Amino acid sequence: MAKKDQPFSLPAWAQAAPFGVVFALFFIIPLAFVVMVSFWDYNDYAILPGFTVRSYVETFEGCYDQLPDLCTILKTYVSTVKFCFLVWLFTLVIGFTIAYFLAFHVQSVTTQMTLAIICTIPFWTSNVIRMISWIPLLGRNGLVNQGLIKLGIIKEPLEWLLYSDFAVVLAFVHLFTFFMVIPIFNSMARIDKRLLEAAYDAGATGWQTLWNVVIPLAKPGIVIGSIFVITIVMGDFVTVGVMGGQQIASAGKIIETRLNALQFPPAAANAVILLAITLLIITALNRFVDIRKEL
Amino acid sequence: MKGSTLELVKVTKRYGQTTAVDAIDLKVEGGAYCCLLGPSGCGKSTTLRMIAGHEAVTDGDVLLGPHNVTDLPPAQRGTAMMFQSYALFPHLTCVDNVAFSLKMRGIDKETRRAKAMELLDLVAMTPYAERLPAQLSGGQQQRVALARALITEPQILLLDEPLSALDPFLRIKMRAELKRLQKELGITFVHVTHGQDEAMALADLVVVMNQGIIEQAGTPREVFNAPRTAFVARFMGGHNVIDVPQGQIAVRADRLSLTPLEGATALVGSAMPAVVRDVEYQGSFVQVGLEAGQANELAAQISEAAFDAMPLQPGDRVAVSWVEADAHRLSTVA
Repeated sequence: MAKKDQPFSLPAWAQAAPFGVVFALFFIIPLAFVVMVSFWDYNDYAILPGFTVRSYVETFEGCYDQLPDLCTILKTYVSTVKFCFLVWLFTLVIGFTIAYFLAFHVQSVTTQMTLAIICTIPFWTSNVIRMISWIPLLGRNGLVNQGLIKLGIIKEPLEWLLYSDFAVVLAFVHLFTFFMVIPIFNSMARIDKRLLEAAYDAGATGWQTLWNVVIPLAKPGIVIGSIFVITIVMGDFVTVGVMGGQQIASAGKIIETRLNALQFPPAAANAVILLAITLLIITALNRFVDIRKEL
Repeated sequence: MKGSTLELVKVTKRYGQTTAVDAIDLKVEGGAYCCLLGPSGCGKSTTLRMIAGHEAVTDGDVLLGPHNVTDLPPAQRGTAMMFQSYALFPHLTCVDNVAFSLKMRGIDKETRRAKAMELLDLVAMTPYAERLPAQLSGGQQQRVALARALITEPQILLLDEPLSALDPFLRIKMRAELKRLQKELGITFVHVTHGQDEAMALADLVVVMNQGIIEQAGTPREVFNAPRTAFVARFMGGHNVIDVPQGQIAVRADRLSLTPLEGATALVGSAMPAVVRDVEYQGSFVQVGLEAGQANELAAQISEAAFDAMPLQPGDRVAVSWVEADAHRLSTVA
């Protein structure tokens, strides 16, 4: 049923206005500046207004010649996208499972709220402290390595526990699963329990109910959670830096390096590229989720 | 399709210490329309859910035709359930909703959609096949839910308060449709309701439940004309439960006759004195509220013509009497 067209109403617009203004001032306008500056020229001590694709060309300089080998910039993006995919996959599976537990197995609303708050515990301390606290746990002589050696499972300490891809993914998953749990839980909480009974009545197995009823109805939450996780991981350079022992490059790191060198146009160009890739991933994700429905 | 006989043998449901359904026995003939009737919390929905297989039976057996289905999952029982407020899948179109159980059995898309269209045709919903449930009215949703339940060709259709989500006008219309469809298909319907008018209009077998037991089961006429307990008489309505020296009796409100009591006129036979408390005009009859001594509140329905011949005012004293054949002894235990 289509809603009736609302006549223009001042109070309604006034309610939306404050956020609209903030959004325009601090998001749309700066973003437009970034896009604009990415096409400016620069030299060692100044940026020069104008229109040139120099920053873009320089970013990918030599990449074509090196094919089929990947140049540094492409390797960096591939690595960032790889982290993004892994973190998305793990947070989705773990987050979905937790949300399912909260929505369908926990009966009382009070318990649901308490457990949801427990999920926020990783945010109770600052990012830096949180990451430093991984070191005594995962380091060469950390708790995990010592424990495994004492149990006789390994002889030499595992090197890949800290300052590695594993550590980066672990830190991301630990932090961002919560961003999946809440939107997915929110979608699931709205699912009428009778729908699950109706599916059972129609002879659906547990997995069939999950695939045909729960996942499609939790889709809005899955998409929102995925957008949170993907955008954060794509732009992050602090976690990758600390957990990767400053050895792993990331798209965010490129931008930071350029900014530190006061080369604003290349920094802006990289920001635009990063934004484009992120939007591409999210669009693809939406498509993918939609395609499933057509099967 | 011919419906199977449904038999409940000492079926019991306990939740911890509370007994929701207490060892009920019931036999519903194949192809009958059975209504489980009672106030909320009487155990009628729990009974239905145990027949459907959505609630585990604590004790006793559920028999469907020759099979004991007590421990089978819903889809293997030959039952189908139509849920209260329908529980249609909001993300699926009507035709996909109806085809759902066939999809779960792995039947290919073309076959299952063709079959679903047949059922949508049965409930006159073909033009709405591609709509989502949210785009349908309550009555239309009910038809889709009905088609979805019938696609598995169940021997018994279980309906959990199917009409309660509809407005009164639509309720009467859909009620007639349900009855027509049941006759057409010849399958057994078990329908849970708390409306006695609904049960009387639809059922071949009315089962009145209260506090987890069956107070009375019989045809609507049997139950209405000869209620077995005071609860049934009160719940079915239109009855007066009167204390007499021999125990309790039930007399239909339209079988009470009133005669003005002036001065010291002697009471004849079983007649009892009463004071008119209120008079309500109801169209085809007049409802007279009476007070007859200790806690005995009576209601009499008098035809408009009879009332005109003998108008009554609140405060008038009258003699209330009835023909002995209209008095039904009530048993104190169910």
